[in-house]
Amino acid sequence: MSTDVVTPVVQIDDLSISFATDAGAVKAVAGVTLTVNRGEVLAIVGESGSGKTVTAKSILGLLPETATLGGAVLLSNRAGTATRDIVTLDKKQLRAVRGADVSMVFQEPSTALNPVYTVGWQIAEGLRAHNAKLTRSEAKRQAIDILRKVGIPDPEVRVDYYPHQFSGGQKQRVVIASALVLNPGLIVADEPTTALDVTVQAEILDLLRRLRDEFGTAIVLITHNMGVVADLADRVAVMYQGVVVEEADAATLFSAPQNDYTKKLLDAVPRIGQGRVRTVERAAERERMRVSRASEGHVDAPVVEATDLVIEYPGRLGRKGFRAVDEVSFRIAQGEVLGLVGESGSGKTTIGRAIGGLTRITGGSLKVLDFEMNGFSERRFKPLRADIGFVFQDPAASFNPLLTIADAVAEPLVIHGRAKNPEAARKRVDELLEAVQLPKSYGDRFPHELSGGQRQRASLARGLALEPKLLIADEPTSALDVSVQARVLELFAELQLEFGFAALFISHDLAVVDLLADRIAVLYHGALVEEGTGEEVLEHPQNPYTRRLLASLPVPDPAEQAARRGLLASLQENSRANPAG
Amino acid sequence: MTTSLLPTDAPSVVAPKPKSAGGGLGRYLLIRFLLIFPTIFILVTLVFLLMRTIGDPITAAQGGRLTADQLAERIHAAGYDRPVLVQYVEYLGQVFTGNFGNTISDNRPVTEVLLTYGGATLELAFYALIVAFIVGIPLGMLAAYFRDRYPDAVLRIAAILFYATPVFFAGMMLKLIFSVWLQWLPVAGRATTRTELAMQTLPNKTGIYLIDAIQLGNSAAIGDVLSHAVLPGIALGLLTAGVFLRLVRTNVIGTLGTDYVDAARSRGVSEFRLVRKHAYKPALIPIITVIGLQIALLLGGAVLTETTFEWKGLGFQLAAYLSARDFVAVQGIVALLAVFVALTNFVVDVIAALIDPRVRY
Amino acid sequence: MTTELVPTGHVAALPPTKPGFFGRLPVLKQLRQSVGLQRGMLVAGLVITAIFVLVAIFAPLIAPYGFSQLRDDAGAFGAQQPPSAAHIMGTTVGGYDVYSRVLWGAQTAVLVIIMAVVFSIFAGILLGLVSGYLGGWLDRVLVVIGDAIYAFPSLLLAIVLSIVISGGQSSLWGGIMAAALSITVVFIPQYYRVIRAETIRIKAEPYVESAKMLGAGAPRIMFRHVLRNATRTLPIIFTLNSSEALLTLAGLGFLGFGIEPTAAAEWGYDLNKALSDVTSGIWWTALYPGLAIVLAVLGITLVGESLNDLADPRLRGRKRVKQKEGTMSLTSVDKPLPSETEILEENA
Repeated sequence: MSTDVVTPVVQIDDLSISFATDAGAVKAVAGVTLTVNRGEVLAIVGESGSGKTVTAKSILGLLPETATLGGAVLLSNRAGTATRDIVTLDKKQLRAVRGADVSMVFQEPSTALNPVYTVGWQIAEGLRAHNAKLTRSEAKRQAIDILRKVGIPDPEVRVDYYPHQFSGGQKQRVVIASALVLNPGLIVADEPTTALDVTVQAEILDLLRRLRDEFGTAIVLITHNMGVVADLADRVAVMYQGVVVEEADAATLFSAPQNDYTKKLLDAVPRIGQGRVRTVERAAERERMRVSRASEGHVDAPVVEATDLVIEYPGRLGRKGFRAVDEVSFRIAQGEVLGLVGESGSGKTTIGRAIGGLTRITGGSLKVLDFEMNGFSERRFKPLRADIGFVFQDPAASFNPLLTIADAVAEPLVIHGRAKNPEAARKRVDELLEAVQLPKSYGDRFPHELSGGQRQRASLARGLALEPKLLIADEPTSALDVSVQARVLELFAELQLEFGFAALFISHDLAVVDLLADRIAVLYHGALVEEGTGEEVLEHPQNPYTRRLLASLPVPDPAEQAARRGLLASLQENSRANPAG
Repeated sequence: MTTSLLPTDAPSVVAPKPKSAGGGLGRYLLIRFLLIFPTIFILVTLVFLLMRTIGDPITAAQGGRLTADQLAERIHAAGYDRPVLVQYVEYLGQVFTGNFGNTISDNRPVTEVLLTYGGATLELAFYALIVAFIVGIPLGMLAAYFRDRYPDAVLRIAAILFYATPVFFAGMMLKLIFSVWLQWLPVAGRATTRTELAMQTLPNKTGIYLIDAIQLGNSAAIGDVLSHAVLPGIALGLLTAGVFLRLVRTNVIGTLGTDYVDAARSRGVSEFRLVRKHAYKPALIPIITVIGLQIALLLGGAVLTETTFEWKGLGFQLAAYLSARDFVAVQGIVALLAVFVALTNFVVDVIAALIDPRVRY
Repeated sequence: MTTELVPTGHVAALPPTKPGFFGRLPVLKQLRQSVGLQRGMLVAGLVITAIFVLVAIFAPLIAPYGFSQLRDDAGAFGAQQPPSAAHIMGTTVGGYDVYSRVLWGAQTAVLVIIMAVVFSIFAGILLGLVSGYLGGWLDRVLVVIGDAIYAFPSLLLAIVLSIVISGGQSSLWGGIMAAALSITVVFIPQYYRVIRAETIRIKAEPYVESAKMLGAGAPRIMFRHVLRNATRTLPIIFTLNSSEALLTLAGLGFLGFGIEPTAAAEWGYDLNKALSDVTSGIWWTALYPGLAIVLAVLGITLVGESLNDLADPRLRGRKRVKQKEGTMSLTSVDKPLPSETEILEENA
């Protein structure tokens, strides 16, 4: 960086953006003013609909044709010798700026790379778009060079690979390489780690930090994840409903937030250990109950008991099958919440589906409410379904779009003969809606007329309609914004207390699980690597994978996060030396 | 006319999707190859059963012209008085060995009819495909590039018009204008009698006139053959071009909305190149699969085009046998076309699989 | 980038919008949605189609002569007469009035289209739903059969069928039934494919899984959850198929497998008879029936294509807005994570 007073890389001045939608004109950004200095990471934080992505994309002029812009976006080149207003540039001028002065890293690496061209071709294309005289071999040489810099092993070979030959984290490295190849002064990273598992996320965050430290590249980081912000950002702008409500350096923002929304947002982030007091209380209460019932001669059977559970998906035509769940044993006692944690491909969803009778088990034993699922028969299992409730991940897709909320909530009552038709069940439906804090009148609405959080609450109402003994919740909050997530989790805890159901709570997020679960089971590649109470698993993890998972989880505190990075680095070193862990 | 404008044109894949990496390609190709046989079997069976429901072919062809006794004798001689199941098994056996029976009206082996006239239909389909590719694909990309602006609207309406105009009507209008009024091009047929006679002398006739004319080495003959091909080629080609245009447009617009196009745009790649390279090639994979299905459209269209232009190919012959009520010939030709369609679809699927690197590696 | 309006948790949802009955009719809803060129195309298509249907209904009133009328009080019309005051489109080689036969032809076309499309929709939907939902061997067999028929030239199949059904030609209703049924059989695989594909997609939707988890039986899931969601694209297929039915009918007529001229007027048949006229420069016998086909197909296809575009958010155009216009609302560019992906990943 030069020592004299330099112009900022980008200066956004009173930016406003409107979109044409089916419902008419919609304003997405209203008068945003922001500055990004050279070699600085500015995080723009906000929930969905805050206008953060739209603001960031306007820096590249990448908004769709339905958008109308006002204000100015002044972008400087790396040398600081030229400044242009993106809003006023024509297509050709925009093209010259994109890639050279500013480039972008996308959320989903698997869709940001064209599947039918090699990664080298795609990187070289950016080079040749800005320098028509560049020879093919020279472009390829530069592509290999940049792939090496972002940490792709054997770049000379892999430059000719197609995107599907890379893993998710490597794909994101390739995307970063293609953004970096022309050495722009600014990279806009739109949720660069949201689609990745938490352990991979940590690696990508490291790489982005290197961009800043070694290449002096400024980064505009768009994210909803406060942990990611704490890990990487120098400065933070919090957006809410199209305006910046607070802007401060990272340390200040986390230690002394000024704006009410910022405070609320930070409060809503689940932290490990937060729910500890409550779970300890609950465990004691359950133990009291068990003892008192045992003294009366009752022995409560577990709600779910898995012994060496194996689930394999058959391979196609003679190919080897895929073992999604590998000899897993666990049990869920009555009224107990078991948190099932793992990354994608760990088998956690498969276990949930098997308990719900949607996936057949292929080995071992799985007893659900004393019903053996090995040799499953839908006819015999059907009466038991009344005792099993469930909540799915995607609130938008878990309701039939053509049925009203009341009809959907009434469906379990009708199917299991508690009501003749949805109209007859309406009274009970209204009670249920009240229990999940939705106004009765919402029963007459269609699913698309509810927000994500409201839909997920309605989904809880449906899951609890028959007062089940067991509730399966598969990532019930991962599609929700953090503040909405906090409310749904709170509601879940309240309902659990009230109805006393046992639950299997599946999530990829340790902090969320810790908030609710009495015990936590950690899955890795289909095997259960660790199980215990939150305190045991999270405070004193024994398994190296659990430790790595825990250390990878960014916490919303810049100082603590910096300390954790060191810990993670040493763990990664260990796991590389001993990959079996 | 075969469907072509339905939104879900891509075939429902019966074979496992060629998705998985590593050795998947060979397995996919094998399964896709094996699928040819049930397809042919079903069509042959269908045609056989349908044709038998209207009675025996001899009564259909000769009924009224022969006495009842003569008829019964001929029926018995041909074995049409045996149970249908026996006839069916025998027919399957014949088809399996490449014997599609003899025509009733002129008593020729159906395979010979095919060899004589198949070349002409192939040649017509070839010209039509050239027109369709030259017109349909670039215009489709252009329409996608100009989407929702006036050039796009004009191109789309043109595409719908190409499709909405029955080939025989297009052929008749082209004939009226260019052959009758302007007298630029011949009215009908595949070549003048002189050229045809000259080609008869060739030792290795292919039945594909363009190749035969080149063999003659006579530029007048080549010109003659080509001038006869212009109008039928355009009439049939434009129909297919309309389908291609729409297909390319929709698929390219679809891929233009993907993240990787946005990503390329963020690297400074020009809009035109985005359409030409990034959107086009991924869009090509579904397009090729659907083009395979257009073979059926093309063959149906060929029957009509050949009738319109007296182009003596399989379609023309089929129409003639139809009016002569020679159902053995019809059954044979239709069954052979079924084999042809099944094979081309296989080839097209193989090409589509080879283009997709996700399958190749 | 997608910019759809997605209400989010921290803001009260939009008030329920219940469009009236007319607002929910497929075509009218899309008409309101459409803008610019797309609206132009849709309106043009609707107008042409409306004219086509009106002509079909009122043909007996509009047409100066009957479709098989050869003479009036002034004597025989005469063959191949050029357009004149008495016969504004001339007469055919058979001595019919071209104008009258063009008008009457609309009636035949509309009847065949309606019958063919209605028959094939019912059969196709039922097969697609059952086959897609239940899967297994039935599904595989039906798919192979459907694909085989689908890949085969439908005109040839329709010819074979029309021979089977009617022996080639017959009376008005016999001929129309034969044509309609031949087209039906050819089109069933198309509906079957569309509905089956939709059914398989919807089967994996969480709301169907949730119904399964609740213990709902297969018939309940199929008809309450899958059927109505799977048939949303039907208006589009319906229109696009109608234009095809019309072209197939004309093709059959052109090859001589249509309806006898004394039974009804049919454009394809008239074009067949006009084939030799063209060579001698007689244009009116071919031009008008041909144009009638082109216009009818054009109109229906325009409607179908526009509906198709409007149903697909990627293809739908939107009005441009002026700067700073619009009420402050929430746009979301964060895609919700699809729930099926995880299970797919686990399978990978």
